Amino acid sequence: MLRRTLMTTAALGLGLALTGGAALAAGMDHVKACFVYVGPIGDGGWTYQHHQGALAVQEAFGDKVEVQWQESVPEGADAERVLTQMALGGCNIIFTTSFGYMDPTNAVAAKFPDVKFEHATGFMRNSENVSTYNARFYEGRAVQGTIAGRMTKSNKIGYIASFPIPEVVMGINSYYLHAKKVNPDVELSVVWAYTWFDPAKEADAAKALIDQGVDVIASHTDSTAPLAEAAKTNGAVIGFGQASDMAEYKDGPRVSSIIDNWAPYYVKRVGALLDGSYAQADAWEGIAGGEVGIGEITAAVPAEVKAEAEAMRDAIAAGTYHPFTGPINKQDGSAWLAEGQTAPDGDLLGMDFYVEGITGDIPK
Amino acid sequence: MLRLEKRPTPSKFWLYATPVVAVLLTMIAGGILFGLLGKNPVAVIRTIFWDPLFGEFAFYLRGQLLVKAGPLILIAIGLSLGFRAGIWNIGAEGQYIMGAICGAGVALALYPTESRLVFPLAILAGALGGWAWAMIPAILKTRFNTNEILVSLMLVYVAETILAKASTGFLRNPEGAGFPGSRSFSSYTAASNPELIAGSGLHWGGVAALATGVAAYVLLSRHILGFQIKLAGQAPRAARFHGVNPERLVLLCMGLSGALAGLAGLFEVTGPAGKISIDFNVGYGFTAIIVAFLGRLNPLGIVLAGFLMALTYVGGEMAATNMGLPSAAIQVFQGMLLFFLLGVDVLTNYRIRSALMGAR
Repeated sequence: MLRRTLMTTAALGLGLALTGGAALAAGMDHVKACFVYVGPIGDGGWTYQHHQGALAVQEAFGDKVEVQWQESVPEGADAERVLTQMALGGCNIIFTTSFGYMDPTNAVAAKFPDVKFEHATGFMRNSENVSTYNARFYEGRAVQGTIAGRMTKSNKIGYIASFPIPEVVMGINSYYLHAKKVNPDVELSVVWAYTWFDPAKEADAAKALIDQGVDVIASHTDSTAPLAEAAKTNGAVIGFGQASDMAEYKDGPRVSSIIDNWAPYYVKRVGALLDGSYAQADAWEGIAGGEVGIGEITAAVPAEVKAEAEAMRDAIAAGTYHPFTGPINKQDGSAWLAEGQTAPDGDLLGMDFYVEGITGDIPK
Repeated sequence: MLRLEKRPTPSKFWLYATPVVAVLLTMIAGGILFGLLGKNPVAVIRTIFWDPLFGEFAFYLRGQLLVKAGPLILIAIGLSLGFRAGIWNIGAEGQYIMGAICGAGVALALYPTESRLVFPLAILAGALGGWAWAMIPAILKTRFNTNEILVSLMLVYVAETILAKASTGFLRNPEGAGFPGSRSFSSYTAASNPELIAGSGLHWGGVAALATGVAAYVLLSRHILGFQIKLAGQAPRAARFHGVNPERLVLLCMGLSGALAGLAGLFEVTGPAGKISIDFNVGYGFTAIIVAFLGRLNPLGIVLAGFLMALTYVGGEMAATNMGLPSAAIQVFQGMLLFFLLGVDVLTNYRIRSALMGAR
């Protein structure tokens, strides 16, 4: 296979050189941009938003790009085959949109040096043609936490977590810290669903939280199932749209949302490939960069709480407030951030501890 | 009016014609489905069944067929033995997971020992892990007469939970910066299961699958145990008179299918998957049930059925990417195969009679 791959790659390179003139530096006339999704486009959350980004690329460049995608690709051996097929099939840039694609992305990238790979939420860039990108979702969690702390009547708030990875732990900590800040009596329950997308499991997790007396639920999974579950309580339990606005629950339990907006990044990267300015990157934008949006805060939230949450959002956007600003202790009581100190990105990207006050353990 | 009439003996013709007719019906119904989705049905069917074998990228995809078919065949052959004897192990997915965890666990416990014995030991542990997991429903059945379908199926979810625990806890890569997933086997030579011939897609799992096919064929046609298995399925009472111990048969069939599923898991985790991760299992254990029936519970039929099923996966992926089909359409297409197979299968044991013609 190696020989054939090399021959194909050589052939592709040759074709590129013939049609594209002075190769990459001068940009390309036409880019085939491909996307690999972990769930179905119809999940209404994570994958839906990535697909919106893909469509935005098509919109922005029209005939100059061809967009292809594959949904529901398992994270493992199958991903490697899908990526190889895409690379063989002439994709110039491939976006792999889930953490679990990290190893397959790097493995395939090593075999296709002329194809650009962009891996979402990972940290591994083993070859020059691999870039990583992510969004500072914890900024949105700070806004959610503020609303949750003010809105809870039982003083019990919940979080449906997916996998115990730093990305998720970061969100839990930010959510809790900001709820606690406005409501010192608040208690947080975390349920681990061990899935990104499984409406049945997500609904079970929501039920478990509601049974414990939780009346504000945040989720880190991709479907609308937790909101559907909250909707059954006739307004007793509220929640947030996750990854997408989930506006269809606006009249029900959804009081706000975190909206992942990948479009600016996708348009920028494909554009860079077209005009020849493309370079390896490690992108991590937040509210300020437009990648994290806060969905409309509905009328179910009192005006003063809404104002407080929006002020939080604006302060983060303006860069005057960092959601992890000391003093913050770790769960075991040891000091993490001193007074006024803000969390270095390295600490966040490797976060494997709860902050002080959260009960329970991160599954080990 | 049409009515079904039971045949005195199952039709030999329909026994072998059923899979072929089912595949053709699936192509037709699938074509209609793809047509309704606004795609050219002929082009989609060609992409699924033709391109992986003879298309532009066949040199890569042919090997991938073997990668995909290997575990399916290995598991399906084990299941078919039990199915023939009326013992329904539905939980191969769980046994596959436990085999992978046990095998990978043994190999990783020995890390970084570079000894030739590591891989054989891991294989042994993988088979044992799958076997032990299958023994739970088997023993519960023989001791307390529980239903092995329910128990083996429920144990899949237990195994998935243990898998999550393994990848975030006891098998997690200590150098992985807190991220879930075990150490990668591709960088641990003594325990890895690489491609044996570059580009062929053949790894030890594929070798084991083909060898198991031959062994199962010999077992069923030449060995007393094979005779007992067939007899127990066709005539349980006669089997009893013939001295077949049904409890022993349950333990044997469940154990064998569990061990083979465990082996499949071990070869997958050390080879194509490369590590224990939360999403390690992708449904081979369930798909293998379709493969077993598609292959008429016959070892050689299962080998063919395994490749056909792999074709729908690999070709289906291509169709999804290149033609913008939703992945659910491909899953429906695969589901149709079992649907039509079971539907057409009626003709093996029954014939269709017009009520008017057959009126007394």
